[in-house]
This record gives sequence, C-alpha cells and structure tokens, in this order.
Amino acid sequence: MNSMTDTFDKGNAAFIARRYASERRFKAYGAVALAVSVLFLVYLVVDIGIKAWPSFFEHRVVLEVNLDASEIPANEVLRGDFEGLVRGSLRRLFPGVTTRGDVRSLTSLLSAGAADDLRYETAANPALIGTTVRAGALLGDDADLYLKGMLTTLLRTPGSTNLQLAQSGEEFILTGDLSQLAVGQIVRANGGALRITGVEAGLARADAILAPATLNTLTPGAWDMLTFSHAEADRRINDRQVVLLEALRDKGVIEKHFAWRFFTSGDSREPELAGLRGAIAGSLLTLIMTLSLSVPFGIAAAVYLEEFAAKNKWTEIIEVNINNLAAVPSIIFGLLGLAVFINFFGLPRSAPLVGGLVLALLVLPTIIIASRAALKAVPPSIKEAALGVGASHQQAVFHHVLPLAVPGILTGTILGVARALGETAPLLMIGMVAFIVDVPKGFTEAATVLPVQIFLWSDLPEIAFQSRTAAAIIVLLVILFGLNAAAIYMRKRFERRW
Amino acid sequence: MDASPQKPLANATPRILAERETKIVAHDVNVYYGDKQAIKHLSIDIPDRAVSAFIGPSGCGKSTFLRTINRMNDTIDGCRVTGEILVDGKNIYDRDLDVVQLRARVGMVFQKPNPFPKSIFENVAYGPRIHGIAKSKTDLEEIVVNSLKKASLFEEVKDRLDHSGTSLSGGQQQRLCIARAIAVNPEIILMDEPCSALDPIASARIEELIDEIRQNYCIIIVTHSMQQAARVSQLTAFFHLGDLVEFGDTDEMFTTPKDKRTQDYITGRFG
Repeated sequence: MNSMTDTFDKGNAAFIARRYASERRFKAYGAVALAVSVLFLVYLVVDIGIKAWPSFFEHRVVLEVNLDASEIPANEVLRGDFEGLVRGSLRRLFPGVTTRGDVRSLTSLLSAGAADDLRYETAANPALIGTTVRAGALLGDDADLYLKGMLTTLLRTPGSTNLQLAQSGEEFILTGDLSQLAVGQIVRANGGALRITGVEAGLARADAILAPATLNTLTPGAWDMLTFSHAEADRRINDRQVVLLEALRDKGVIEKHFAWRFFTSGDSREPELAGLRGAIAGSLLTLIMTLSLSVPFGIAAAVYLEEFAAKNKWTEIIEVNINNLAAVPSIIFGLLGLAVFINFFGLPRSAPLVGGLVLALLVLPTIIIASRAALKAVPPSIKEAALGVGASHQQAVFHHVLPLAVPGILTGTILGVARALGETAPLLMIGMVAFIVDVPKGFTEAATVLPVQIFLWSDLPEIAFQSRTAAAIIVLLVILFGLNAAAIYMRKRFERRW
Repeated sequence: MDASPQKPLANATPRILAERETKIVAHDVNVYYGDKQAIKHLSIDIPDRAVSAFIGPSGCGKSTFLRTINRMNDTIDGCRVTGEILVDGKNIYDRDLDVVQLRARVGMVFQKPNPFPKSIFENVAYGPRIHGIAKSKTDLEEIVVNSLKKASLFEEVKDRLDHSGTSLSGGQQQRLCIARAIAVNPEIILMDEPCSALDPIASARIEELIDEIRQNYCIIIVTHSMQQAARVSQLTAFFHLGDLVEFGDTDEMFTTPKDKRTQDYITGRFG
C-alpha cells in the first residue's frame, strides 16, 4: 500500500509539473502576443497623431486692410477685389520689395483663399466698407509648413564680427572676419538678405535675395545669419520666402490658430483650404441611407428565417447564401451597384443614395447573421410562456423574443455600421471618388465619404495633404468610436430594462 | 409493439371519474417524433375540478402527452399526433380549431419558472391584454390582483408590482407563472413538473396552492415525485415506455396497484 502511494505520487508530480509548465507557456504566448499587438497599436496611433497634429492648426498674417469702397461694389460685396486689398496690405509691410519676382514671392506666401474670411465678414457687415480693419490672412500651405518647422529647421545666429560689404555688379562681396560664414547661409543686414555663394580666402561672395538698403559695414549685433538643415533645392519654399516669413515673424504679425476650417469647409485643391465637412456630410447621408434600408430589412429577414420560415431545402440554400454573401469582396457589391442602380435604374452617379444602397447590400448579411444569432440566444422558455397563455406565434416573437434579442441585434448593427463607415472600394465603383468641393445637402447630390476622402488625399503630392490625410484618419476613427460608444451605451440601457 | 390498438386498462373506471364531469377525453392517441413513437395508442378520460397526476420514469411520454393537450407539440419540428383529444367534446386536433383560443382555455405551467423579463404586473396582464379580456385599465388591474391572490402571491408582491418578475425567488416565480396562467380564465391547467426546480418549502407552497384552486379547474400535473402525486392528486396515471399502464384513484393506485410495473415503480424498484 505504502509503496503504491509512493510510485503514484512520483509519477503524478512529474505529470503535474508538465501540466503547469504547459499552462505557463500558453499564458506566456498570450502575453507576448498581447504586448506585440499593443506595441503596434501604440506605434500606429502615435505615428498618425504626430502626423495629423499640424493639420489642426493654421497660420495667419494679421494685416491692416483698408476696405476701399472703390474696390468693393456696394450691391455685390462678395465680388469685391478682396485679394487685391489683402495683397496690397501685405506689400505695404515691405516697402523695399519692389521687383516683380520679389513681389510674387511675397504674395505667393498667402493662400489662394487668404481673403475669403474677410470677404464673408464684410458681406455680413457692410458697414465695414471704407474703414480699415485688422484681418487675418491665411498663409499658403508651404509657408504654413515652414512655420510649423516641417520643411527645414532654421538656426539663427547673431553676427558677432565686423563685416565690410561691397557690391560688384549683381554680386556682393563680404570681407573681414568670415569665420561664421558658410555657403548656403543667409546673412540678414541693412534691411536686406544675402545668400553666401562662395567663401574664398579673405572674401565671401553673396547673392542678394533682398537687396540691402545700404552698403554700411556690418557691426556685431546688427546682423544675423540663418542656417538651414535643407538646401533651397530640397525644400518647397525658397530662400526669399523664408526671409520674408522671418521678417513677418519678427514683426509679430503671424498668428497661430486652431484650424476650424478643417471641419467647416469642403474639399479643395489647396491643402490649407481643404476640409472634411463635405466628406463628413457625405458619410452621414450615406450612412442614414444604409441604416434605414439594412436595419429594417435585416431584422425582418432574420425574424422570418429564424422564427417563421419552414425548415426545408430552400431555406437552407438561402441560409448558406447569406453566409457566403458576408464574405463576398466589397468591390463586387460596387460593381453590382454600378450595373443595377446606376446603369439599369438610372440613379445618379456619385450620390449618397446609390452609395447607401450598395452599402446596405454589403452590411445586410452581417446584420441578418447577427440578428439570427441574437434571436436564437433568447431562451425558448420565454416563447413557450407566451404561447402558453395563448399568444399567437407572431405575438410571441414580436412581444417577447424580438425585444430580448435587441441588444444582440444592436451589436450586429454596430458591426455593420462600422463596416459601412469604413468601406471604400464599392464606392469607388459608383463614382463617389470624385473631387467634390460643395458640401452635399441631399441624397442625390454628388458626394464623397470619409474613407474615400482619405484615399484621395493620400494620393496627392503636396506635403500638407499627408498631414491632412492623417488628420482625416483621426476624424474617421473618432466618429467610429463615437458611434460605437453610443451604440454600446444604448445596448447597455436596453439590457438593464429587461 | 402493440398489436391491438385499444388495450384494456387495468382500472377502467376510477371512482373519481364517476363523481365528476369528464373534461378531457383522449382516444387512441399516438405521438411521433420523426420515426420514434413517443405515445402508443393512448386513451384516457380526465375529470374536471380535480387534480390528475401523470407519473412514470423519464422518457415514458407523460410530458409529451401533457403537451398534446394544449398543442404545444405543434412548435416542435417533426412532431406528429394521430387520434383525437376531446376537450368538452370538441376535438382539439380538428382543422378548424383555433390553437390560440385553445391555449387560452388550456393554461400551462412549465418545469422551470419562466416569467417574462418584465414587471410582475405586466407578466400577469399580458394574457388578458392579448385576449382583450379586460375592458378597462381598472378591469385589468382587478384581474391582475385577483390572479395574484388566487396564486397566493399577492401579499408578497403587492408593494412592488412594477419590479421585474425575474427578481423574485424561484418559488415566487413559479407562483407568478401560475397567476399568469390563471389570469386568462383557463378551464384546464397543465403543469409540467412545476416543482422540479424548487426547494421543498417552495414546493410545499405550490402544492398547497394546487390544492386550493383545484375546485375550479381541471388540473393535470406531471411529476417525478410519487409523494407529490400522492399528496396533491385525486387521480393518477402511470406511464411506461409510451404506454399508459394504469390509471385510477390516487389512494387506490398507491395502496393497491393493479399492474406489476406500477407496483415496481412506486415501490422504487426502477425509475
């Protein structure tokens, strides 16, 4: 007896140790997998966040604009030459800038829509005409990126030596202590800016970016030097614009604001003017269409198939097909939408109506499958109880089974909505990929949706659009999380009621 | 398999049947689940205003037969019933019979308490409401209160009629289910092992309740507990392997069973 217990214990100990080791290993696999995925997620979110952050801010140059009545027709304020007025005000800040190239460099710092805010403000308040107002003029994307430090980093070094300045033809010659100077740097002095083109023994050659007003000797503290991390050829902003922007910055007229227009304006070719309102409105309209079709039909189909349909070969075939439909590539639905809704029924292209129809078809299987599972999960005793007191089959289902299945159905609907909101491919097929500036106001107007907007922007060459793309992704994710949170909250409330 | 469709029963005329009107007459009933025959050539007369108990080992067909009486078997795929079951002389398997009306007349209490996940009031009010029994709101309230009183639950829940039915204890839930069944004025109440999920004290209360209401209803109770059958019923039917082996007055059945199988079962030799 004793020896038996011993052998039993021995064998058991090794066996138990192996069992625990295996359990620990499995837990470790899980923990490692979790850690890796969290790492990826954090990297993704941080990366998108860092890229998107600049898009939420914009730079404006504050100008004193004289709203000259002769430039603004009193009966059509909106058609006034506000661009000209704003440009004029900017030029007045730089009396020294006179040559055509310099003027163009200066005015190209402004956005194409720099005067729009002022235009609408004046139209709303015509009493401003004839007065001088302080107006923030939006800077163009390159100037904006430069000010956000995304094109080049800039090092300002105060001049600490004496330099003599001389002009020979177009070229300027600097002599004296040249220890601070290097090729590519810009020396700002005497109201001008000189770019060093060559440093030789005892002299440095320089081009004028802005012609200096005088040829006075540069004394320590009276000049400074700009050094860039990127040479002029490697960045989207030239030295002249940099010098002008730095001058504006020194004047203290550049302001940084939250970029509300990113949410309040439609798409644009100009990155600094491009906003998401059109895409958000398009997404909402499409989603309303999708939900209003797929939810009632999906639930009705689920109730019929689960509770009423005879269980035979035909319903089995339908069931298999619904399950398969959930796995059909979404672009196929786009082709279907193109062939049926647009080509056959002649519905408008690019419209939320068609987008909603296509997405409704896309999410129907998801909703049907989830709703059927939810209906199946309701204990049969509830239905029996209702039948037992003499409820008809339909009453038992609609009074008792369906309400109890609502939380589960909501979960399925959330999944469907999430899928519809993030879907791009089928919408490309039905033309919702167009460049649309106007915010859609109805189901038949041309529109695009958030994921397609992201797709469009990601394809554009301007650096500023990269940032807009990341910002649009964040907006899409926030809307998605918001919808999910709302749906989960609703589900929780329903659950509590029962 | 039985060759004769109509076997002579061991006790053809129980005393209790002679004293009371016959409510249910089953004649040569067969029930099939697909190919499997669950009830074989069953004939039985069940009296009104008395409690009839169906006993027998698991799988003997007693619950199946109970469910044929309010046609709950209709909801099971592949279930087929032949023969006739007459309630007050009307065959409930007739084509023109409205099964919803039948179930209003034949209430049912299930094995596991299954209150709706709604308020106590709504649980009881649901039946009268769908049948349009109550003329007004006060009418409905009266029906609910009376039903709860009949189910001897009212005193315990009168202050919380708006609480969820599922918040009650198991025994209270089962009495709520009885109140719910009573609320539609049934003539017959079928009880499918109503105490199997309850503790002895809650079971005793249900038994008391059955005893109180038996004067007004034809009650059929399926039970695994022979003591319970002996306590609450006036008539007992013993089922075995789809056959109705014996039925008769409860006191006689438990003291002097006619059939060997009945005797073996009630003395605990099998089942």
